[in-house]
Amino acid sequence: MSYATIEKLNSLKESGLKRIYPGRIKINVGMATCGISTGAGRLYDQLLEELEKFKIDALVARSGCLGFCQIEPLIDITFPGYPKLIYSRVTPDQLSGIVKELADGGLTGKGALARVTEDSSSVDGSMRDYPLTGIIEGIKDIPLISDLGFYKKQLKIALNNCGLIDPDSIEEYIARGGYYPLYKVLSGLKPEEVVDEIKKSGLRGRGGGGFPTGIKWETCRNAKGESKYIICNADEGDPGAYMDRSIMEGDPHSVIEGMIIGGYAIGSSQGYIYVRNEYPLAVKKCRIAIDKAHECGFLGENIFGSGFNFDIKISRGGGAFVCGESTALMASLEGKIGRPRAKYIHTVKRGFRDSPSNLNNVETWANVPTIISRGSGWYKKIGTEKSAGTKVFSVVGKINNTGLVEVPMGISLREIIYDIGGGIPGGKRFKAVQTGGPSGGCIPERLIDLSVDFDELTKVGSMMGSGGMIVMDENTCMVDIARYFIDFLKDESCGKCVPCREGIYRLHEILTGICNGEGKEEDIDLLLEMSRSIKMTALCGLGSTSPNSILTTLEYFRDEYEAHIIDKKCPAGVCKALITYTIDPEKCTGCVRCAKECPQEAISGEKKTPHVIHQEKCIKCGVCFEVCNFKSVVIN
Amino acid sequence: MVNEIDVKKIDSIVMDKYEADSENLLHILQDINSEYSYIPEQGMKIVAERLCIPVSQVYSVATYYKALNLEPRGRHVISVCTGTACHVRGAGKIIEKIERELGIKAGGTSSDMKFSLQTVRCIGCCSLGPVINVGEDTHGRLKQDALPKILKKYE
Repeated sequence: MSYATIEKLNSLKESGLKRIYPGRIKINVGMATCGISTGAGRLYDQLLEELEKFKIDALVARSGCLGFCQIEPLIDITFPGYPKLIYSRVTPDQLSGIVKELADGGLTGKGALARVTEDSSSVDGSMRDYPLTGIIEGIKDIPLISDLGFYKKQLKIALNNCGLIDPDSIEEYIARGGYYPLYKVLSGLKPEEVVDEIKKSGLRGRGGGGFPTGIKWETCRNAKGESKYIICNADEGDPGAYMDRSIMEGDPHSVIEGMIIGGYAIGSSQGYIYVRNEYPLAVKKCRIAIDKAHECGFLGENIFGSGFNFDIKISRGGGAFVCGESTALMASLEGKIGRPRAKYIHTVKRGFRDSPSNLNNVETWANVPTIISRGSGWYKKIGTEKSAGTKVFSVVGKINNTGLVEVPMGISLREIIYDIGGGIPGGKRFKAVQTGGPSGGCIPERLIDLSVDFDELTKVGSMMGSGGMIVMDENTCMVDIARYFIDFLKDESCGKCVPCREGIYRLHEILTGICNGEGKEEDIDLLLEMSRSIKMTALCGLGSTSPNSILTTLEYFRDEYEAHIIDKKCPAGVCKALITYTIDPEKCTGCVRCAKECPQEAISGEKKTPHVIHQEKCIKCGVCFEVCNFKSVVIN
Repeated sequence: MVNEIDVKKIDSIVMDKYEADSENLLHILQDINSEYSYIPEQGMKIVAERLCIPVSQVYSVATYYKALNLEPRGRHVISVCTGTACHVRGAGKIIEKIERELGIKAGGTSSDMKFSLQTVRCIGCCSLGPVINVGEDTHGRLKQDALPKILKKYE
């Protein structure tokens, strides 16, 4: 196979541009996992069928996720002479209507969420207008996508291409500036210069700890070893964080290109992507992308005629959270059980197969091509002094706009939760936001103006983690949340060291006792004492950060613990043992819905008269509360 | 119900696909697991023999990873997402409801081998929470009363 050349790259770019801007109707259906699970797959089939029926000439592609998961399925349509229109929560009927509009020779814009008049790419800083000819009245009133609250404050680097290109098309990736950074590196930069550029950019690892990426690369480059390895940690395990999945599904080439550049910089010719078992679509998209990169000569031997060889293999994880920890991940890659080891010698010196191994996570790798292309100076200006660049957060939980948002570091929690996230549903009160996954902590309402970067989050007892942000309202019990994370870690502890294996188990027992109304006053001190010892003595990051959820909830929500222990009450109405369900006779209409659904036959009453819950039979499953249309079931 | 082990099939996974390289042990076991819905004891022994490693090593990997099962599973695997977003939106109640409907506990399989019920830590569909997967299908924005109808769809 012939190697890649700049001429080949340019011609791939041309064909990519023709795919993104074909000069005829172009339709993208958002088909990442989140889109498919809201029915995008069926819409895609329906679309092809109906276009065929009306003999409409259109290029239809499956794109990744635009980030606004709350309003999926998302479809965007470019009709020549019109701006690109984005349709949200598309139903089969609505889609039929749109296809009819296309058959009639235009778009009315009815039901469109937003319009796009230009595409920009952060990789090469390019800008491309949608040439408008006859713009009709209705379309002018559709808001610009950049004016939507959800997108207004976002700046996309890692998510640059997600939802905009077909991830299976390497040409479209190249059309947005991709693989030019690799060419730049291999045609004129020394490995040391690449390392230096990443160092100067201030990029820090997006997977959890925030270790400076350039320093990691430099140490690995300088480490002695015949073979060196590049590893992409795609074992995204933090519950409530799914940006890595979205990047792999929507823009896998950005990760692959980042890894090739990293390989050149540290002197490695073999890379591995260790993907979480629960992400089958991400595995598929990465496989396709690796094959395409091979075909085009960006992977393999003598890339761009530089003499540099690089290849990437994919390894599927086995469903163990601790394998996100670097030493455990490398053990797992070797086919062993994924248990961490003490890091007296770091993995950059001796890791996978006892060789120097440089591990970064998906989002970190995805930042690399842009930094190389735009320069460290450009990148460093974004974000805060010690946390340069942007970070992708998954804003989930009790929030109006669930989705993936990429914002410059330093933005305030308030801006993320209210301006982008659209606030709390149902007019409820915001209580806390949990960041950093099971290793992180809960940040209370009074700190909502906190500026979000690696160091600020650590200062308040939480951490950045991989960027999960779970928003909680007045109906979330903070003791239950602490128990939830401890329960998670109890299951995921590998069992190697005593503080983690036994300590977390015991913390879980105490918290369960408190939630069950069996808490004792001395429990709080015991929790604190054990948490401190585990923090100091556990072997790996999983163990040593495990008490963070307890420590932060105790610091900011001690009153809730006390209510559980002393008053035997769960103020949020969550902990089963401490609540009762009753029916407000004033509101109950006697519709018998609750009585029909109750699995225990614990609700009785005549039709059209108020019903009663018999406490001795009630198992507090809450189904009556959920099905009541008159809000007459009350949690006490 | 115990499936007959086809030695040739296991050999084709171990020897042909993964070239008897013990570094691929996890992948070998994943493939066997998806072939049989679990890893039969005899399968573990064959793998150990072919890779020239102790059965205990195969067993330790097979029991360590959640994606691997040592018991046959039902025709449809129900995975209830218990990620944080789903948890705060009531995933616990969804599990309990399915447990009551099927008469099994999380981790169990119904006696007619129709359903296995398991919990998973975040499938990344947080906007749909609480969410479950039945096989490849995703069902989101769930409430307890919607579950019986969903489960009825599966044979």
